[in-house]
Amino acid sequence: MTSTRTKKVSVTRSLLQRFAAAPYFFWAVLFIVIPLIFVAYYSFTDRDFAFTLENIKAFFTPKYLTILLRSVKLALLATLICLLIGYPAAYFIARTDPKKQKTLIMLIMLPMWMNFLIRTYAWMVLLQDTGIINGALESLGIGPMRMMYTEGAVVVGMVYDYLPYMILPIYSIMTKLDHRLVEAASDLGCNPFAVFRKVIVPQSLPGVVSGVMMVFVPSISTFYISRKLGGGNFYLIGDAIETQFNSNNLHMAAAISFVLMLLLLAGMFVMDRFSDNSSGGGLMP
Amino acid sequence: MKKNHKIISTVYIILLFVFLFAPIAVLIVFSFNEGKSTVNLSGFSMRWYRNLFEDDATLTALRNSVVLAVVSAAISTVMGTAAAYGISKMRRKLLKSTVMTVTNIPMMNPDIITGIALMLMFVFVGTMLGFSESLNFRTMLIAHVTFCLPYVILSVLPKFSQMDKSMPEAALDLGCTPLQSFFKVELPEIMPGVMTGGLMAFTMSLDDFVISYFTKGSSFQTLPLLIYGMTKKTVTPKIYALATIIFAVILILLVSSNIISTRDERKLARIRKSLNRGEQTGIPTP
Repeated sequence: MTSTRTKKVSVTRSLLQRFAAAPYFFWAVLFIVIPLIFVAYYSFTDRDFAFTLENIKAFFTPKYLTILLRSVKLALLATLICLLIGYPAAYFIARTDPKKQKTLIMLIMLPMWMNFLIRTYAWMVLLQDTGIINGALESLGIGPMRMMYTEGAVVVGMVYDYLPYMILPIYSIMTKLDHRLVEAASDLGCNPFAVFRKVIVPQSLPGVVSGVMMVFVPSISTFYISRKLGGGNFYLIGDAIETQFNSNNLHMAAAISFVLMLLLLAGMFVMDRFSDNSSGGGLMP
Repeated sequence: MKKNHKIISTVYIILLFVFLFAPIAVLIVFSFNEGKSTVNLSGFSMRWYRNLFEDDATLTALRNSVVLAVVSAAISTVMGTAAAYGISKMRRKLLKSTVMTVTNIPMMNPDIITGIALMLMFVFVGTMLGFSESLNFRTMLIAHVTFCLPYVILSVLPKFSQMDKSMPEAALDLGCTPLQSFFKVELPEIMPGVMTGGLMAFTMSLDDFVISYFTKGSSFQTLPLLIYGMTKKTVTPKIYALATIIFAVILILLVSSNIISTRDERKLARIRKSLNRGEQTGIPTP
């Protein structure tokens, strides 16, 4: 009696176990995997869906390579600035009074909850020729400067929009830092700088890696920031995709996306080598 | 030395917040400006707020955004929780890691690629089936559920691994069916993860512009899409008014959720303290 009951339970249990995730598997194949296959399919076909290499070849012409190079340059610059601002910020916040930390982190996250369109737009208001910064410069006698529609404006927009994505993962790893190692290092005669370089930096590396990826990926693929703050003078790879999409040239849009995806994949592979543990440093709680 | 460090750290954090909030503060101040200028304040006025709410498009977009966010959060929370349950019980390592890799794709891929990829499929299938319009509310909903799902799964999954495995086993031994055991024992344990995941899905959907931009139909306008349309035309302080309202709502929500969670923590701390005291004085504790 008992044995048949247990058997029945274990069978139904495994049925539940087996099928609970089934709707998601179905969904993931249909809406995550297959769409990516469509990107590849569109990349290698023309308007009549006949095989062609023209789209991919078109990417490797000076026109698109210039755009790619500029995107990489601006996104790297923005990521570097975010790291330089964000790392000390995460370090300092992690060392404040734990009661204050929660509020500080909430304040870091607050702008993130505003739509990035509005955050970018705010910088348009600040940087324009008749804007507040130029007004201040004028009253100081430095005269109005052209700030909008420059590469600098685009980078400022990227830094402002994505800085929290750099701070949060580094902060979350800083709070898990093993303080006994810090104490041990200073007991054994390390000066504060050496402690920082030899103990704190290596431990926080996984947070840095995920922060770098979380800033770099949206920066390189943006089209709104470059359009608004760069005034269309500094086409980025995202702009190229969006333009092809809007002129209904879906096959070229797919080809650019496809190449960008492969490049990012290669980049992530390299970055993965840097961080040996994948456990910490995410945005997720 | 230590004092110096503290001063540097305080100054640094203050400067950081000036950088983060100054642009938003400017928008808020100028949303109450009488004139259209973004340099000179010409007097207090609520005219841009009136202007905003006289516009039906704003209210329609707001309603659309909330409906879309609620529906996609509901679908992704239920499907994602079930998925996390199934994944946590999976025995084959290779299959499990494959599923997790696929789950990570929408999080690692730039939004623009997720959007383009879904759009290509919708357009292809739509054209094949002869629809006059391949993109509509349904395609946008599918896209939103797709990018919300990973957030739900990744916030629920750790709760399953943190859970005491003997509890559901005990429930089964005591005669619960697996379904009962899930609802009575496992679900209460993973609830914080489910709530976090659902909330994240809701906010991600509400906030999304890029993926919506590529998968939208011509008739369905969300708030971010409306903002995009507004910033395309000439500068209008209506946008400042909208930004101010959004900021106020977020601030209220964040502060109140923060207050609630600290209050809960305090309550917990008090309970723990009284339990400790009970132990010390020899009063039996539950």
